[in-house]
Amino acid sequence: MSTPFDYTLASARDALRARKISARELTEAHLSAIERLDGTLNSFITTTPESALKAADAADATLAKGEGGELCGLPLGIKDLFCTNGTRTTAASNILRDFVPPYESTVTSNLLRDGAVFLGKLNLDEFAMGSGNLNSAFGPAINPWKRNGSDEKLVPGGSSGGSAAAVAAGLVLGATGTDTGGSIRQPAAYTGIAGIKPTYGRCSRFGTIAFASSLDQAGPMARNLQDCAILLRSMAGFDQRDSTSVDTPVPNYEAALNRGVKGLRVGIPKEYHADGMPAEIEALWQQGINWLREAGAEIKEVSLPHTKYGLPTYYIAALAEASSNLARYDGLRFGARVKADSLDAMYEASRAAGFGEEVKRRILLGTHVLSSGYYDAYYLRAQKVRTLIQQDFLKAYEDVDVLLTPTAPSSAFALNEKPSDPVQMYLNDVFTVPASMAGVPALSVPAGLDGQGLPLGLQLIGKFFDEETLIAAGHVLEQAASFTHRPTIHAGNPA
Amino acid sequence: MSLDAKTVLRTARLARIGLAPAEVEALQKDMGSIIDWVEQLNELDVTDVPPMIGTGLAKPRLREDRITDGERPDDVLSNAPDREGPYFTVPKVVE
Ligand SMILES: NC(=O)CC[C@H](N)C(=O)O
Repeated sequence: MSTPFDYTLASARDALRARKISARELTEAHLSAIERLDGTLNSFITTTPESALKAADAADATLAKGEGGELCGLPLGIKDLFCTNGTRTTAASNILRDFVPPYESTVTSNLLRDGAVFLGKLNLDEFAMGSGNLNSAFGPAINPWKRNGSDEKLVPGGSSGGSAAAVAAGLVLGATGTDTGGSIRQPAAYTGIAGIKPTYGRCSRFGTIAFASSLDQAGPMARNLQDCAILLRSMAGFDQRDSTSVDTPVPNYEAALNRGVKGLRVGIPKEYHADGMPAEIEALWQQGINWLREAGAEIKEVSLPHTKYGLPTYYIAALAEASSNLARYDGLRFGARVKADSLDAMYEASRAAGFGEEVKRRILLGTHVLSSGYYDAYYLRAQKVRTLIQQDFLKAYEDVDVLLTPTAPSSAFALNEKPSDPVQMYLNDVFTVPASMAGVPALSVPAGLDGQGLPLGLQLIGKFFDEETLIAAGHVLEQAASFTHRPTIHAGNPA
Repeated sequence: MSLDAKTVLRTARLARIGLAPAEVEALQKDMGSIIDWVEQLNELDVTDVPPMIGTGLAKPRLREDRITDGERPDDVLSNAPDREGPYFTVPKVVE
């Protein structure tokens, strides 16, 4: 090991246990990398160096006794959508700019239980609404990758853009993300890292600021799937305090890593050959198919006939839920208040000032599709189409075990290439949204670089609670791709 | 198709979001184009298709009816934008 930034989460865990490095050294190295690079990347909204060093010292004391949980002493970043007791949690919104939760989300308390060291809270799209981390009240997070020969600033994807940028640049060993329609997988693909959106109900939603409750799911983002597997085991589990949490045992995901894919039936959904998809992405997809076939998998074409309806269905269902969830931000019990003479005027002024443009647009659309006269035509119809989308997957799983697709229809775009038409922006999520709608697990792994030198991801979609098969198949792709490229901006690069 | 200003304003009123005139205009166009785009769901026949409310993976469950939290007024009030003693304040609602 030449620098602390050559560790993966797994190898750092082993080095800590072998006392080759201390948690303090590891934490200090990462904190100084944040200081050096985050002025450029803007991946953190809040850093917590003091409590991080305290936690690192406590971890060292535990490790010295030969004790400690699975994550003891490992520096992580937390998407600023998870409530952290005593540490400000903003959802990247002005309305929560000064919100300090008096309680801890279940996912973060699980990570703390296992000894993780939190370095701070990571940037995102406001209330997790977006695909480029451009909708943050704290400014955009920046992708550490650059196009060949260009210094143009690129987006890290969204909504977990800060998580993706921080992991890719080596500022943290792993991070939490949340995925409602692609927010773990698409940023993972844009930044050359791995990310898992587990089965809906696998990780508790308690204490995670809600966007669309029937879709929101927390998951890990890290350099590779072994690291994600370690994090997921800690984050997952049944929780009384989330009525949609599923009471099923959490396996040792890491143990599934080397299962291989011999005899695994891999489906290739024919509807994912999207119009206008770059030839390089088609080629990478074919490459992924070949890698799995060479490793012993059986490849089959399958049909998910309602694929094209995934996005419009999502944008009705998710926005309807969002309009209801975000009704709580009224400037009354918490959050920013704008003073006014009447109660309604106070609500209207507080919400006008506190929410950004995209969030307002979404609340209004969600309100519209739920309002009387439109409810049946839009919301109820979307819920029915959602049934058809889920049935597509369940039917496909009668013939195959996993599905292989590209993660996103493009590589990272530049900040100034943001489409002005919101619908164009929504099309980014075309491959990730259907699995979210169905509730099935999915992951993204980095699989190659495009002609501009930017990372591209492949997505695997699995059966309910079969994250292990996904991890095993994903690991075959990882090994075949041997993606060891580093971004232009990286903590381990010479300054 | 652009939404009419009246619909945008009515929705904004329901959502309790104050809008500046320029915002109304932009929203007429953007909301209109998003609504046009989702209209494609009308191509599908959904007769007899049940609505999907959630994923149906979690079994509804009962829990013992006892208090598990509470007696934390300071925590509850800790983020109040404005408070008086143990109370949240609001603008006057009754004359
Ligand atoms: N949180 C998410 O998964 C976001 C998905 C999608 N990009 C959206 O804007 O809604």
